[in-house]
Amino acid sequence: MKKLFASLGLMLALMSPGLTVAQDATAPVEDAAVVETMDAVAVEAPVAAEEAAPVEAAPAEEAAAPVPDKGDTAWMMLSTLLVILMIIPGVALFYGGLVRAKNMLSVLTQVMAIFCLISILWAVYGYSLAFGDGGSLNWAIGDLSKLFLAGITADSTAATFTDGVVIPELVFVAFQLTFAAITVALIVGGLAERVKFSALMVFGALWFTFSYLPITHMVWATGGYLFEAGDLDFAGGTVVHINAGIAALVGAIVLGKRIGYGRDAMPPHSLPMTMIGASLLWVGWFGFNAGSNLEATGGAGLAFINTILATAAAGMAWMLAEWMLRGKPSMLGLASGVVAGLVAVTPAAGLVGPMGAIVLGAIAGVVCLWGVTGLKKALGYDDSLDVFGIHGIGGIIGAIGTGIFVSPALGGVGVDDYAMAGQVVTQATGVLITIVWSGVVSFVLFKLIDMTMGLRVTEEQEREGLDTASHGERAYNL
Amino acid sequence: MKFVTAIIKPFKLDEVREALSAIGVTGLTVTEVKGFGRQKGHTELYRGAEYVVDFLPKVKIEVAIKAELLERVIESIEKAANTGKIGDGKIFVTSLEQVVRIRTGESGPDAL
Repeated sequence: MKKLFASLGLMLALMSPGLTVAQDATAPVEDAAVVETMDAVAVEAPVAAEEAAPVEAAPAEEAAAPVPDKGDTAWMMLSTLLVILMIIPGVALFYGGLVRAKNMLSVLTQVMAIFCLISILWAVYGYSLAFGDGGSLNWAIGDLSKLFLAGITADSTAATFTDGVVIPELVFVAFQLTFAAITVALIVGGLAERVKFSALMVFGALWFTFSYLPITHMVWATGGYLFEAGDLDFAGGTVVHINAGIAALVGAIVLGKRIGYGRDAMPPHSLPMTMIGASLLWVGWFGFNAGSNLEATGGAGLAFINTILATAAAGMAWMLAEWMLRGKPSMLGLASGVVAGLVAVTPAAGLVGPMGAIVLGAIAGVVCLWGVTGLKKALGYDDSLDVFGIHGIGGIIGAIGTGIFVSPALGGVGVDDYAMAGQVVTQATGVLITIVWSGVVSFVLFKLIDMTMGLRVTEEQEREGLDTASHGERAYNL
Repeated sequence: MKFVTAIIKPFKLDEVREALSAIGVTGLTVTEVKGFGRQKGHTELYRGAEYVVDFLPKVKIEVAIKAELLERVIESIEKAANTGKIGDGKIFVTSLEQVVRIRTGESGPDAL
């Protein structure tokens, strides 16, 4: 009997504030549920709801835990699915089409295997280290209190950008899981056609632990150094793209060039695959960017339209620049421009205005074209699929550009105490820390792996192609 | 007996086949090949990496005929495959020592 009463009370407590909190944030009585942070890190334990259970669930009641809105929850699960679509098959096909036919399956295998691997690691310790409270180390990393997702139930909630609005914590865990996975998967592009599969898996796990988790914590978690410094990274320009771009660059340099690079023709084996992949990336990126709003609101709408406009502008800019400089507008150029635009708008998505997004995208399109041609040639590294040229350079343009175009004078949403120079310095600090951190961690890990298990396949295997040499199958048996 | 090998532009294959059928050639073998001659290749550009593609796709036709048919065969191929532009291809003629039809064991001109 007592149990029944308790559960009835619990139901009431859970339901009624859900209706009011979600509907109207202006109601003065809703201050009871305090959710401090901007980012989704504070977590309301279900205990709070139980404490409130016996009382009548009147709106004026104190300490009623906020309940996730169904719309927000649905949007976040959809966004999570969209980001998964970016990885498998988006990134896999985008990259796969760019390699030679003999290495097609190796790229597809690497991307999918990394997605599986990081998913597990994220649940085991990644989430806790990324979004936990690390105490004295909290500026850089979380703790292990949620190892194996300990204590997180279907009733646990995670905060959003709005006080008193929460989403189910498990949904937040899943959403963030996809970000971790895509970041590591992006690195594949710099190492493609010559990396040893086992070495890549080991690197993926270690780099995820020592570079992805700290950078994520620093940028997105309460108490993280860059978060507290006011660094703006809406959807992961720094955390995902610069981070991965640098790792890929370092990997390409440590691994060395592919056999025959610069002498033999290494044209992409299937640009239609690359076009499909780029398109899936674009579609999936709405989950990435608009989903990073964490609520289905106008803010998500802003990120949504910016994800169309910046991308379109970058695609056009790349295409036109290539047309003028090289004589022909290419499919690969257009697809590359599209991805460069997506990368650049990532940190800016919910912060800049639509016109700012167009300008930002156009800049990224042209500069990334230079990144994969002029810069790459000048420095002489073999970043097989241009992860640095597109994600690294595009990420840096996006991060700095966010500091500029967030300005209300340029149509951006603005932030408290905004001053353009100061914000750009803060953004540049974030970029610099990420470059150094990811650069050092990547270099040490690649070197360690190279010295112990070996990073690269044998020359014979490389000539044969990784599909048959590493995986014992071939992509096309026509 | 003669063995005629012709390298032609791929889109001319049907015309050549029709022309040869019209003069009584009863069989031929076709292979897709690549090669280069005086016709220039083209360049391909992938994100700044430029590749010169020298080898152009062509079609190779092989036909075994009786010696008396040779002139007409050459004439037919020449006419059907001609566009007047560089890259129309070449015709090679060699003598053919022996032909055997596998099914019946016939040999020589009877097997053609």
